[in-house]
Amino acid sequence: MNHFIRTFAAAAVLAATAGSAFAQANVSVKDAWVRATVPQQKATGAFMQLQAASDSKFVSASSPLTPNVEVHEMAMQGDVMRMRQVQSVELPAGKTVELKPGGYHIMLMNLKAQVKEGDTVPFTLVFEGKDGKRETVEIKAPVKALNSTAKPAHAGH
Amino acid sequence: MNQEIPTRRVSTARRAFVLSGAAIALGALAGCNIGGPVSFNGTDITGADFGRDFRLKDPSGQERTLADFKDKVVLVFFGFTQCPDVCPTALARAAEVKTLLGPDGDRLQVLFVSVDPERDTPEVLGAYTAAFDPTFLALYGDAERLAETAKEFKVIYQKVPTGDSYTIDHTSVTYAFDTDGKLRLKLSHSQSAIEYAADVRKLLHAA
Ligand SMILES: [Cu+2]
Repeated sequence: MNHFIRTFAAAAVLAATAGSAFAQANVSVKDAWVRATVPQQKATGAFMQLQAASDSKFVSASSPLTPNVEVHEMAMQGDVMRMRQVQSVELPAGKTVELKPGGYHIMLMNLKAQVKEGDTVPFTLVFEGKDGKRETVEIKAPVKALNSTAKPAHAGH
Repeated sequence: MNQEIPTRRVSTARRAFVLSGAAIALGALAGCNIGGPVSFNGTDITGADFGRDFRLKDPSGQERTLADFKDKVVLVFFGFTQCPDVCPTALARAAEVKTLLGPDGDRLQVLFVSVDPERDTPEVLGAYTAAFDPTFLALYGDAERLAETAKEFKVIYQKVPTGDSYTIDHTSVTYAFDTDGKLRLKLSHSQSAIEYAADVRKLLHAA
């Protein structure tokens, strides 16, 4: 348990892996947050930092808030912002991969209720190792104000 | 043009911001062609034959045109409230620009034109821009009016189905109009609040 707490210290992580030992938890999640919505706004994004001990992929996310949760990539093509669902996000061993404005995010769509600042949103994140083995990580991401900007944890731009 | 004004204005802005902000603003000014034509961080499109005007509704249902914002520098951005990323980032940056302008912030009008009239109801739009700054104004039109407006502003928007919902690809530039309602600058999403603020200041004082 101590190892588990250390690994996931920065994120409010409840449990890792489906049934298997915590010691095998391969991916750590840090600084997760969800952007708040205004009433009747139907979609928003979730952002976080992921780091895998061994080469892995982030393959999916789900949340009790809505059945419509997708992993998206935002990219600029010239001046045009394009956003697309991606099948997975590569997590090379030891490298921190940020889901952040301007890159990847978890998209919550068809929201039934407002997501309010100060709430927490549970997510189940699914990762897949090179061997095809899947790992599930449960997190609770705090909701930050709609006007929050990406706070680069380390080297900004 | 007067080189002193922008720096002095910055130093009246929020204290925590002052040092780094002023330092970078000075850096930007150092690259400015003193005595020559005003140089901007954004792309100077003075004399553009597009983006001449719009006729759109604000969340209270009132029709708006550029003439309503005379004597202010106007920043126009096209987007949609369901956008998780570019639009809130652009509006948060615009709010920061207003703060950086200090007292001049009152002479800035930020307009957010919805490219999603289907889902962006007046209620959502009003609440959305107010979450960034109470003076920011969202504008919308029906599908046809939006198409006309986007064409006039050389803005692209394209519905992209995803799951049983959709997202919208859209042009992410911010247009800046001077105090006479003339389109002057095209600012990029990759530019910072400090770069935006420096350009707005020049439009306010050296136009
Ligand atoms: Cu998305």
